[in-house]
Amino acid sequence: MHAINYEAPKSLDEAVKLLAAHGEKARPLSGGTDLLIQLRAGTRRPEFVVDIKEIPELARISFSLQHGLKLGAAVPCIAIHENGDMRKYYPGLTEAAHLIGSLQIQSRATVGGNLCNGSPAADTTPALVALGAQARLAGPKGERIVPVDGFCLAPGRTVLQPGELLVELQIPAPERHASDAYLRFIPRNEMDIAVVGVGAALSLDVSDDRVVEARIGLGAVGPTPIFAAEASKSLIGKTLDAAAIERAAKLAVAAATPIDDMRGTAEFRRHVVGVLTRRTLAIAAERARAANQR
Amino acid sequence: MANKVIVETNINGDPVELLCEPRQSLLEVLRDVLELTGSKEGCLTGDCGACTVVIDGRPVCSCLMLGVEATGKKITTIEGLAAGASLHVLQQKFLENASLQCGICTPGFLMSAKALLDRNPNPTEAEIRYSLAGNLCRCTGYDKIVRAVTDAAAAMAGRGRPAHGTVPSETASGMAGEMLAKGEVK
Ligand code: FES
Ligand code: FES
Repeated sequence: MHAINYEAPKSLDEAVKLLAAHGEKARPLSGGTDLLIQLRAGTRRPEFVVDIKEIPELARISFSLQHGLKLGAAVPCIAIHENGDMRKYYPGLTEAAHLIGSLQIQSRATVGGNLCNGSPAADTTPALVALGAQARLAGPKGERIVPVDGFCLAPGRTVLQPGELLVELQIPAPERHASDAYLRFIPRNEMDIAVVGVGAALSLDVSDDRVVEARIGLGAVGPTPIFAAEASKSLIGKTLDAAAIERAAKLAVAAATPIDDMRGTAEFRRHVVGVLTRRTLAIAAERARAANQR
Repeated sequence: MANKVIVETNINGDPVELLCEPRQSLLEVLRDVLELTGSKEGCLTGDCGACTVVIDGRPVCSCLMLGVEATGKKITTIEGLAAGASLHVLQQKFLENASLQCGICTPGFLMSAKALLDRNPNPTEAEIRYSLAGNLCRCTGYDKIVRAVTDAAAAMAGRGRPAHGTVPSETASGMAGEMLAKGEVK
Protein backbone atom coordinates (compact mmCIF):
# COMPACT_ATOMS: atom_id res chain seq x y z
CA MET A 1 0.00 0.00 0.00
CA HIS A 2 1.28 3.47 -0.84
CA ALA A 3 2.09 5.97 1.90
CA ILE A 4 -0.87 7.94 3.22
CA ASN A 5 -1.53 10.65 5.74
CA TYR A 6 -4.20 9.92 8.30
CA GLU A 7 -6.41 12.45 10.05
CA ALA A 8 -9.24 11.82 12.47
CA PRO A 9 -11.06 15.12 12.95
CA LYS A 10 -13.33 15.45 15.95
CA SER A 11 -15.86 17.80 14.38
CA LEU A 12 -17.69 18.10 11.09
CA ASP A 13 -16.20 21.55 10.58
CA GLU A 14 -12.70 20.26 10.92
CA ALA A 15 -13.43 17.36 8.56
CA VAL A 16 -14.90 19.65 5.92
CA LYS A 17 -11.84 21.93 6.13
CA LEU A 18 -9.44 19.02 5.82
CA LEU A 19 -11.30 17.54 2.88
CA ALA A 20 -11.60 20.95 1.22
CA ALA A 21 -7.88 21.58 1.63
CA HIS A 22 -6.95 18.31 -0.05
CA GLY A 23 -9.77 17.99 -2.59
CA GLU A 24 -9.31 15.01 -4.86
CA LYS A 25 -6.26 13.88 -2.94
CA ALA A 26 -8.40 13.07 0.09
CA ARG A 27 -10.84 10.24 0.74
CA PRO A 28 -13.10 9.91 3.76
CA LEU A 29 -12.66 6.69 5.73
CA SER A 30 -15.67 5.19 7.44
CA GLY A 31 -15.66 1.45 8.16
CA GLY A 32 -12.83 0.92 5.69
CA THR A 33 -14.07 -2.46 4.48
CA ASP A 34 -14.04 -1.24 0.88
CA LEU A 35 -11.42 1.51 1.14
CA LEU A 36 -8.64 -0.62 2.62
CA ILE A 37 -9.07 -3.20 -0.12
CA GLN A 38 -8.97 -0.43 -2.74
CA LEU A 39 -5.86 1.12 -1.18
CA ARG A 40 -4.12 -2.23 -1.14
CA ALA A 41 -5.11 -2.98 -4.72
CA GLY A 42 -4.12 0.52 -5.80
CA THR A 43 -7.53 1.21 -7.34
CA ARG A 44 -7.83 4.32 -5.17
CA ARG A 45 -4.70 6.25 -4.26
CA PRO A 46 -5.64 9.11 -1.93
CA GLU A 47 -2.76 10.92 -0.20
CA PHE A 48 -4.99 11.84 2.71
CA VAL A 49 -7.37 9.52 4.49
CA VAL A 50 -9.83 11.36 6.69
CA ASP A 51 -11.36 9.09 9.32
CA ILE A 52 -14.88 10.36 10.05
CA LYS A 53 -15.73 7.96 12.89
CA GLU A 54 -14.66 10.36 15.64
CA ILE A 55 -17.23 12.97 14.66
CA PRO A 56 -20.17 12.56 17.07
CA GLU A 57 -22.75 13.78 14.55
CA LEU A 58 -21.71 11.11 12.06
CA ALA A 59 -21.58 8.30 14.58
CA ARG A 60 -25.17 8.42 15.80
CA ILE A 61 -28.59 7.11 14.99
CA SER A 62 -31.34 9.54 15.92
CA PHE A 63 -34.97 8.66 15.47
CA SER A 64 -38.32 10.04 16.48
CA LEU A 65 -41.79 9.58 15.07
CA GLN A 66 -41.94 13.35 14.66
CA HIS A 67 -38.68 13.91 12.87
CA GLY A 68 -37.92 10.57 11.33
CA LEU A 69 -34.47 9.06 11.08
CA LYS A 70 -31.05 10.61 10.85
CA LEU A 71 -28.52 7.86 10.29
CA GLY A 72 -24.94 9.10 10.65
CA ALA A 73 -22.59 8.18 7.83
CA ALA A 74 -20.20 6.42 10.21
CA VAL A 75 -22.68 4.15 12.03
CA PRO A 76 -21.60 0.52 11.61
CA CYS A 77 -24.16 -1.95 10.26
CA ILE A 78 -24.16 -3.95 13.49
CA ALA A 79 -25.32 -0.89 15.44
CA ILE A 80 -28.29 -0.60 13.10
CA HIS A 81 -29.27 -4.19 13.71
CA GLU A 82 -28.93 -3.70 17.46
CA ASN A 83 -31.12 -0.59 17.47
CA GLY A 84 -34.74 -1.28 18.46
CA ASP A 85 -36.15 1.67 16.50
CA MET A 86 -34.34 0.59 13.36
CA ARG A 87 -35.66 -2.95 13.61
CA LYS A 88 -39.18 -1.74 14.33
CA TYR A 89 -39.57 1.16 11.92
CA TYR A 90 -37.14 0.28 9.14
CA PRO A 91 -36.94 -3.52 9.15
CA GLY A 92 -36.06 -3.66 5.44
CA LEU A 93 -33.10 -1.31 5.73
CA THR A 94 -32.06 -3.15 8.88
CA GLU A 95 -32.09 -6.52 7.16
CA ALA A 96 -30.13 -5.09 4.23
CA ALA A 97 -27.46 -3.80 6.64
CA HIS A 98 -27.43 -7.13 8.43
CA LEU A 99 -26.83 -9.01 5.17
CA ILE A 100 -23.55 -7.32 4.39
CA GLY A 101 -20.64 -9.69 4.91
CA SER A 102 -19.75 -11.40 8.15
CA LEU A 103 -20.10 -10.05 11.69
CA GLN A 104 -16.49 -8.89 11.38
CA ILE A 105 -17.52 -6.80 8.39
CA GLN A 106 -20.76 -5.58 9.99
CA SER A 107 -18.77 -4.40 12.99
CA ARG A 108 -17.05 -1.90 10.70
CA ALA A 109 -18.94 -1.41 7.45
CA THR A 110 -21.45 1.44 7.26
CA VAL A 111 -24.56 2.17 5.22
CA GLY A 112 -23.04 5.54 4.34
CA GLY A 113 -19.91 3.87 3.03
CA ASN A 114 -21.97 1.33 1.13
CA LEU A 115 -23.66 4.23 -0.66
CA CYS A 116 -20.53 6.33 -1.26
CA ASN A 117 -18.58 3.35 -2.58
CA GLY A 118 -21.05 3.43 -5.45
CA SER A 119 -21.31 -0.27 -6.19
CA PRO A 120 -24.36 -1.15 -8.28
CA ALA A 121 -24.77 -4.24 -6.08
CA ALA A 122 -24.72 -2.40 -2.73
CA ASP A 123 -27.31 -4.08 -0.50
CA THR A 124 -28.43 -1.08 1.49
CA THR A 125 -28.86 1.35 -1.40
CA PRO A 126 -32.06 -0.18 -2.88
CA ALA A 127 -33.47 -0.26 0.66
CA LEU A 128 -32.64 3.45 1.04
CA VAL A 129 -34.14 4.22 -2.37
CA ALA A 130 -37.33 2.41 -1.35
CA LEU A 131 -37.55 4.49 1.82
CA GLY A 132 -37.11 7.74 -0.10
CA ALA A 133 -33.91 8.53 1.80
CA GLN A 134 -32.06 11.80 1.31
CA ALA A 135 -28.34 12.30 1.74
CA ARG A 136 -27.05 15.32 3.63
CA LEU A 137 -23.68 16.35 2.22
CA ALA A 138 -21.17 18.87 3.52
CA GLY A 139 -18.43 20.31 1.36
CA PRO A 140 -16.27 23.33 0.63
CA LYS A 141 -19.29 25.18 -0.82
CA GLY A 142 -21.55 24.43 2.13
CA GLU A 143 -24.20 21.83 2.70
CA ARG A 144 -26.75 20.30 0.35
CA ILE A 145 -29.35 17.57 0.48
CA VAL A 146 -29.73 15.17 -2.42
CA PRO A 147 -31.99 12.15 -2.86
CA VAL A 148 -30.34 8.74 -2.62
CA ASP A 149 -32.17 7.90 -5.84
CA GLY A 150 -29.73 9.42 -8.33
CA PHE A 151 -26.80 9.58 -5.88
CA CYS A 152 -24.89 6.93 -7.82
CA LEU A 153 -23.87 7.93 -11.35
CA ALA A 154 -21.92 4.89 -12.55
CA PRO A 155 -20.12 1.96 -10.91
CA GLY A 156 -17.84 3.56 -8.29
CA ARG A 157 -18.99 7.10 -9.16
CA THR A 158 -21.39 9.26 -7.19
CA VAL A 159 -22.57 12.87 -7.05
CA LEU A 160 -20.02 13.58 -4.31
CA GLN A 161 -17.74 16.41 -5.42
CA PRO A 162 -14.06 16.56 -4.46
CA GLY A 163 -13.88 17.51 -0.81
CA GLU A 164 -17.52 16.68 -0.21
CA LEU A 165 -18.61 14.37 2.60
CA LEU A 166 -21.75 12.38 3.38
CA VAL A 167 -22.90 13.51 6.82
CA GLU A 168 -26.07 11.49 7.32
CA LEU A 169 -28.98 9.79 5.66
CA GLN A 170 -32.37 11.25 6.40
CA ILE A 171 -35.49 9.15 6.15
CA PRO A 172 -39.02 10.34 6.92
CA ALA A 173 -40.80 8.71 9.84
CA PRO A 174 -43.03 5.90 8.64
CA GLU A 175 -46.75 6.57 8.31
CA ARG A 176 -49.10 4.74 10.62
CA HIS A 177 -49.35 1.59 8.53
CA ALA A 178 -46.06 1.59 6.67
CA SER A 179 -43.09 -0.68 6.48
CA ASP A 180 -40.33 -1.95 4.23
CA ALA A 181 -38.52 -5.10 3.19
CA TYR A 182 -35.32 -6.04 1.41
CA LEU A 183 -34.40 -9.33 -0.23
CA ARG A 184 -31.48 -10.30 -2.35
CA PHE A 185 -30.61 -13.34 -4.36
CA ILE A 186 -27.22 -14.97 -3.91
CA PRO A 187 -26.29 -18.53 -4.85
CA ARG A 188 -25.46 -19.43 -1.24
CA ASN A 189 -26.90 -18.75 2.20
CA GLU A 190 -24.76 -15.88 3.38
CA MET A 191 -21.84 -13.70 2.56
CA ASP A 192 -21.97 -13.02 -1.11
CA ILE A 193 -22.57 -10.10 -3.42
CA ALA A 194 -26.12 -9.61 -4.62
CA VAL A 195 -27.01 -11.08 -8.00
CA VAL A 196 -30.22 -9.11 -7.61
CA GLY A 197 -31.46 -7.05 -4.67
CA VAL A 198 -34.93 -5.56 -4.27
CA GLY A 199 -36.15 -3.15 -1.61
CA ALA A 200 -39.79 -2.17 -1.22
CA ALA A 201 -41.53 0.30 1.07
CA LEU A 202 -45.28 0.59 1.41
CA SER A 203 -47.75 2.74 3.24
CA LEU A 204 -51.29 1.36 3.39
CA ASP A 205 -54.76 2.54 4.18
CA VAL A 206 -55.81 -0.49 6.19
CA SER A 207 -59.51 0.35 6.05
CA ASP A 208 -59.57 -0.97 2.48
CA ASP A 209 -55.99 -2.27 2.04
CA ARG A 210 -55.26 0.44 -0.50
CA VAL A 211 -51.71 1.57 -1.20
CA VAL A 212 -51.07 5.16 -0.21
CA GLU A 213 -47.39 5.19 -1.03
CA ALA A 214 -45.08 2.68 -2.65
CA ARG A 215 -41.44 2.73 -3.63
CA ILE A 216 -39.37 -0.06 -5.12
CA GLY A 217 -35.57 0.02 -5.38
CA LEU A 218 -33.53 -2.43 -7.45
CA GLY A 219 -29.89 -3.42 -7.00
CA ALA A 220 -27.32 -5.22 -9.18
CA VAL A 221 -29.46 -4.96 -12.32
CA GLY A 222 -27.95 -1.83 -13.86
CA PRO A 223 -24.86 0.39 -13.63
CA THR A 224 -26.41 2.06 -10.58
CA PRO A 225 -29.15 1.15 -8.11
CA ILE A 226 -32.51 1.86 -9.74
CA PHE A 227 -35.73 3.43 -8.52
CA ALA A 228 -38.48 1.49 -10.28
CA ALA A 229 -40.73 4.52 -10.75
CA GLU A 230 -43.42 3.01 -12.99
CA ALA A 231 -43.72 -0.10 -10.85
CA SER A 232 -44.04 2.02 -7.72
CA LYS A 233 -46.59 4.36 -9.28
CA SER A 234 -48.68 1.46 -10.54
CA LEU A 235 -49.47 0.46 -6.97
CA ILE A 236 -50.62 3.79 -5.61
CA GLY A 237 -54.35 3.93 -4.93
CA LYS A 238 -54.73 0.24 -5.73
CA THR A 239 -55.83 -2.56 -3.49
CA LEU A 240 -52.78 -4.68 -2.86
CA ASP A 241 -54.02 -7.90 -4.41
CA ALA A 242 -52.21 -10.49 -6.49
CA ALA A 243 -52.98 -8.66 -9.73
CA ALA A 244 -51.55 -5.38 -8.47
CA ILE A 245 -48.43 -7.11 -7.23
CA GLU A 246 -48.04 -8.95 -10.52
CA ARG A 247 -48.35 -5.73 -12.51
CA ALA A 248 -45.76 -4.01 -10.31
CA ALA A 249 -43.40 -6.95 -10.66
CA LYS A 250 -43.66 -6.81 -14.48
CA LEU A 251 -42.94 -3.08 -14.45
CA ALA A 252 -39.99 -3.61 -12.11
CA VAL A 253 -38.59 -6.17 -14.54
CA ALA A 254 -38.99 -3.61 -17.32
CA ALA A 255 -37.04 -1.04 -15.26
CA ALA A 256 -34.05 -3.36 -14.84
CA THR A 257 -31.13 -3.08 -17.25
CA PRO A 258 -28.95 -5.99 -16.20
CA ILE A 259 -25.88 -7.39 -17.93
CA ASP A 260 -24.51 -10.91 -18.20
CA ASP A 261 -21.61 -11.48 -15.85
CA MET A 262 -20.10 -14.22 -13.74
CA ARG A 263 -22.84 -13.83 -11.14
CA GLY A 264 -25.73 -14.36 -13.52
CA THR A 265 -27.15 -13.73 -16.96
CA ALA A 266 -29.26 -10.71 -17.76
CA GLU A 267 -32.21 -12.99 -18.49
CA PHE A 268 -31.90 -14.74 -15.12
CA ARG A 269 -31.57 -11.42 -13.34
CA ARG A 270 -34.70 -10.05 -14.97
CA HIS A 271 -36.58 -13.13 -13.86
CA VAL A 272 -35.31 -12.74 -10.30
CA VAL A 273 -36.31 -9.06 -10.20
CA GLY A 274 -39.89 -10.18 -10.76
CA VAL A 275 -39.72 -12.87 -8.09
CA LEU A 276 -38.10 -10.64 -5.47
CA THR A 277 -40.40 -7.72 -6.22
CA ARG A 278 -43.43 -9.93 -5.55
CA ARG A 279 -41.88 -11.25 -2.35
CA THR A 280 -40.65 -7.93 -0.93
CA LEU A 281 -44.02 -6.32 -1.64
CA ALA A 282 -45.79 -9.15 0.15
CA ILE A 283 -43.47 -8.91 3.16
CA ALA A 284 -43.63 -5.11 3.31
CA ALA A 285 -47.43 -5.28 3.07
CA GLU A 286 -47.66 -7.82 5.84
CA ARG A 287 -45.48 -5.66 8.05
CA ALA A 288 -47.34 -2.48 7.14
CA ARG A 289 -50.69 -4.04 8.05
CA ALA A 290 -49.32 -5.15 11.40
CA ALA A 291 -47.67 -1.80 12.10
CA ASN A 292 -49.58 0.75 14.11
CA GLN A 293 -47.09 3.41 14.84
CA ARG A 294 -48.85 6.65 15.56
CA MET B 1 10.68 8.64 4.06
CA ALA B 2 7.77 7.00 5.65
CA ASN B 3 5.96 9.23 8.10
CA LYS B 4 5.40 7.45 11.35
CA VAL B 5 2.81 8.27 13.94
CA ILE B 6 2.41 7.42 17.58
CA VAL B 7 -0.63 5.31 18.44
CA GLU B 8 -1.86 4.87 21.99
CA THR B 9 -4.07 1.89 22.46
CA ASN B 10 -4.79 -0.97 24.81
CA ILE B 11 -3.93 -4.51 23.85
CA ASN B 12 -4.87 -7.50 25.97
CA GLY B 13 -5.37 -5.28 28.98
CA ASP B 14 -2.09 -3.40 28.72
CA PRO B 15 -1.75 0.20 27.60
CA VAL B 16 0.46 0.22 24.53
CA GLU B 17 2.19 3.09 22.79
CA LEU B 18 3.53 2.22 19.40
CA LEU B 19 5.01 3.79 16.31
CA CYS B 20 3.64 2.88 12.90
CA GLU B 21 3.06 4.19 9.42
CA PRO B 22 -0.52 5.34 8.75
CA ARG B 23 -0.70 2.98 5.76
CA GLN B 24 -0.06 -0.09 7.93
CA SER B 25 -3.06 -2.25 8.73
CA LEU B 26 -3.75 -3.22 12.31
CA LEU B 27 -2.75 -6.76 11.30
CA GLU B 28 0.65 -5.54 10.10
CA VAL B 29 1.07 -3.49 13.24
CA LEU B 30 0.25 -6.46 15.46
CA ARG B 31 2.49 -8.86 13.58
CA ASP B 32 5.38 -6.72 12.38
CA VAL B 33 5.58 -3.90 14.89
CA LEU B 34 4.47 -5.61 18.09
CA GLU B 35 5.50 -9.13 17.04
CA LEU B 36 2.16 -10.51 18.12
CA THR B 37 2.10 -13.09 15.35
CA GLY B 38 -0.88 -15.07 16.62
CA SER B 39 -3.26 -13.18 14.36
CA LYS B 40 -2.86 -14.71 10.92
CA GLU B 41 -2.85 -13.27 7.44
CA GLY B 42 -5.02 -15.17 4.98
CA CYS B 43 -6.70 -13.12 2.29
CA LEU B 44 -6.22 -9.44 3.23
CA THR B 45 -9.69 -8.79 1.84
CA GLY B 46 -11.93 -9.48 4.82
CA ASP B 47 -13.04 -12.86 3.53
CA CYS B 48 -11.23 -15.46 5.63
CA GLY B 49 -11.31 -14.13 9.20
CA ALA B 50 -7.83 -15.48 10.06
CA CYS B 51 -6.88 -11.99 11.23
CA THR B 52 -9.89 -11.58 13.55
CA VAL B 53 -9.33 -9.66 16.77
CA VAL B 54 -11.90 -8.33 19.23
CA ILE B 55 -12.16 -4.56 19.46
CA ASP B 56 -14.37 -3.00 22.10
CA GLY B 57 -16.28 -6.27 22.29
CA ARG B 58 -16.76 -6.78 18.56
CA PRO B 59 -15.01 -9.13 16.16
CA VAL B 60 -13.10 -7.23 13.50
CA CYS B 61 -10.84 -8.21 10.60
CA SER B 62 -7.56 -6.58 11.56
CA CYS B 63 -6.53 -6.62 7.89
CA LEU B 64 -9.33 -4.16 7.09
CA MET B 65 -8.44 -1.60 9.70
CA LEU B 66 -5.52 0.79 9.87
CA GLY B 67 -3.24 0.52 12.87
CA VAL B 68 -3.83 4.21 13.58
CA GLU B 69 -7.54 3.51 13.92
CA ALA B 70 -6.71 1.52 17.06
CA THR B 71 -6.18 4.77 18.94
CA GLY B 72 -8.12 4.67 22.20
CA LYS B 73 -9.54 1.23 21.55
CA LYS B 74 -9.49 -1.92 23.66
CA ILE B 75 -8.11 -4.76 21.59
CA THR B 76 -8.01 -8.43 22.48
CA THR B 77 -5.85 -10.67 20.33
CA ILE B 78 -5.36 -14.41 20.52
CA GLU B 79 -2.33 -13.76 22.73
CA GLY B 80 -4.68 -12.35 25.36
CA LEU B 81 -6.98 -15.35 25.46
CA ALA B 82 -5.11 -17.72 27.78
CA ALA B 83 -4.38 -16.57 31.32
CA GLY B 84 -0.68 -17.30 31.50
CA ALA B 85 -0.18 -21.02 31.23
CA SER B 86 -3.82 -21.88 31.64
CA LEU B 87 -5.76 -22.06 28.43
CA HIS B 88 -9.07 -20.30 27.93
CA VAL B 89 -11.94 -22.76 28.01
CA LEU B 90 -12.47 -22.19 24.28
CA GLN B 91 -8.87 -23.23 23.59
CA GLN B 92 -9.31 -26.21 25.86
CA LYS B 93 -12.46 -27.30 24.05
CA PHE B 94 -10.82 -26.82 20.64
CA LEU B 95 -8.16 -29.28 21.78
CA GLU B 96 -10.61 -31.75 23.26
CA ASN B 97 -12.74 -31.72 20.12
CA ALA B 98 -9.81 -31.80 17.69
CA SER B 99 -11.18 -28.62 16.18
CA LEU B 100 -8.05 -27.82 14.23
CA GLN B 101 -5.76 -29.45 11.76
CA CYS B 102 -3.28 -27.06 10.14
CA GLY B 103 -4.30 -24.41 12.67
CA ILE B 104 -3.98 -21.26 10.58
CA CYS B 105 -7.66 -20.44 10.95
CA THR B 106 -7.75 -21.24 14.67
CA PRO B 107 -6.82 -17.89 16.22
CA GLY B 108 -9.50 -16.19 14.14
CA PHE B 109 -12.15 -18.77 15.07
CA LEU B 110 -11.24 -18.47 18.72
CA MET B 111 -11.57 -14.69 18.66
CA SER B 112 -14.92 -14.81 16.83
CA ALA B 113 -16.13 -17.40 19.32
CA LYS B 114 -14.94 -15.30 22.24
CA ALA B 115 -16.76 -12.24 20.93
CA LEU B 116 -19.89 -14.38 20.61
CA LEU B 117 -19.76 -15.95 24.07
CA ASP B 118 -18.97 -12.64 25.76
CA ARG B 119 -22.18 -11.26 24.29
CA ASN B 120 -24.30 -14.37 24.27
CA PRO B 121 -23.18 -17.03 26.78
CA ASN B 122 -25.81 -19.52 25.67
CA PRO B 123 -25.96 -19.45 21.87
CA THR B 124 -27.92 -21.86 19.71
CA GLU B 125 -26.10 -23.88 17.10
CA ALA B 126 -27.46 -21.55 14.43
CA GLU B 127 -26.12 -18.54 16.31
CA ILE B 128 -22.75 -20.19 16.63
CA ARG B 129 -22.61 -21.00 12.94
CA TYR B 130 -23.74 -17.50 12.01
CA SER B 131 -21.13 -15.94 14.26
CA LEU B 132 -18.38 -18.09 12.80
CA ALA B 133 -19.48 -17.59 9.21
CA GLY B 134 -16.83 -14.93 8.66
CA ASN B 135 -14.10 -17.45 9.38
CA LEU B 136 -12.98 -19.93 6.77
CA CYS B 137 -11.40 -23.31 7.48
CA ARG B 138 -10.10 -25.52 4.70
CA CYS B 139 -9.31 -28.46 6.97
CA THR B 140 -11.87 -29.35 9.61
CA GLY B 141 -15.26 -29.15 7.93
CA TYR B 142 -16.40 -26.82 10.74
CA ASP B 143 -18.44 -29.34 12.76
CA LYS B 144 -15.74 -29.91 15.35
CA ILE B 145 -15.30 -26.19 15.73
CA VAL B 146 -19.01 -25.72 16.34
CA ARG B 147 -18.93 -28.53 18.91
CA ALA B 148 -15.99 -26.93 20.70
CA VAL B 149 -17.83 -23.63 21.00
CA THR B 150 -20.98 -25.42 22.19
CA ASP B 151 -18.94 -27.26 24.79
CA ALA B 152 -17.16 -24.11 25.88
CA ALA B 153 -20.46 -22.31 26.39
CA ALA B 154 -21.74 -25.23 28.45
CA ALA B 155 -18.55 -25.41 30.51
CA MET B 156 -18.57 -21.69 31.16
CA ALA B 157 -22.16 -21.92 32.36
CA GLY B 158 -21.20 -24.79 34.64
CA ARG B 159 -23.17 -27.30 32.62
CA GLY B 160 -21.70 -30.54 31.47
CA ARG B 161 -21.12 -31.42 27.88
CA PRO B 162 -24.45 -31.11 26.13
CA ALA B 163 -25.91 -34.22 24.59
CA HIS B 164 -24.94 -33.85 21.00
CA GLY B 165 -24.43 -37.55 20.89
CA THR B 166 -21.92 -37.99 18.16
CA VAL B 167 -19.03 -36.10 19.69
CA PRO B 168 -15.80 -38.02 19.27
CA SER B 169 -13.81 -38.03 22.47
CA GLU B 170 -10.33 -37.78 21.01
CA THR B 171 -8.26 -34.75 21.80
CA ALA B 172 -6.25 -32.85 19.27
CA SER B 173 -3.30 -34.96 18.38
CA GLY B 174 -0.46 -34.64 15.97
CA MET B 175 1.68 -31.63 15.39
CA ALA B 176 -1.01 -28.99 15.39
CA GLY B 177 -2.43 -30.20 18.67
CA GLU B 178 0.96 -30.30 20.36
CA MET B 179 1.92 -26.92 19.03
CA LEU B 180 -1.33 -25.41 20.22
CA ALA B 181 -0.86 -26.90 23.64
CA LYS B 182 2.66 -25.49 23.81
CA GLY B 183 1.46 -22.14 22.67
CA GLU B 184 3.48 -22.21 19.46
CA VAL B 185 0.38 -21.92 17.37
CA LYS B 186 -1.90 -19.35 18.74
S1 FES C 1 -6.63 -11.84 6.36
FE1 FES C 1 -8.14 -10.57 7.19
S2 FES C 1 -9.96 -11.56 6.61
FE2 FES C 1 -8.46 -12.77 5.62
S1 FES D 1 -7.44 -26.05 10.52
FE1 FES D 1 -6.53 -25.69 8.63
S2 FES D 1 -7.70 -24.05 7.85
FE2 FES D 1 -8.74 -24.55 9.65
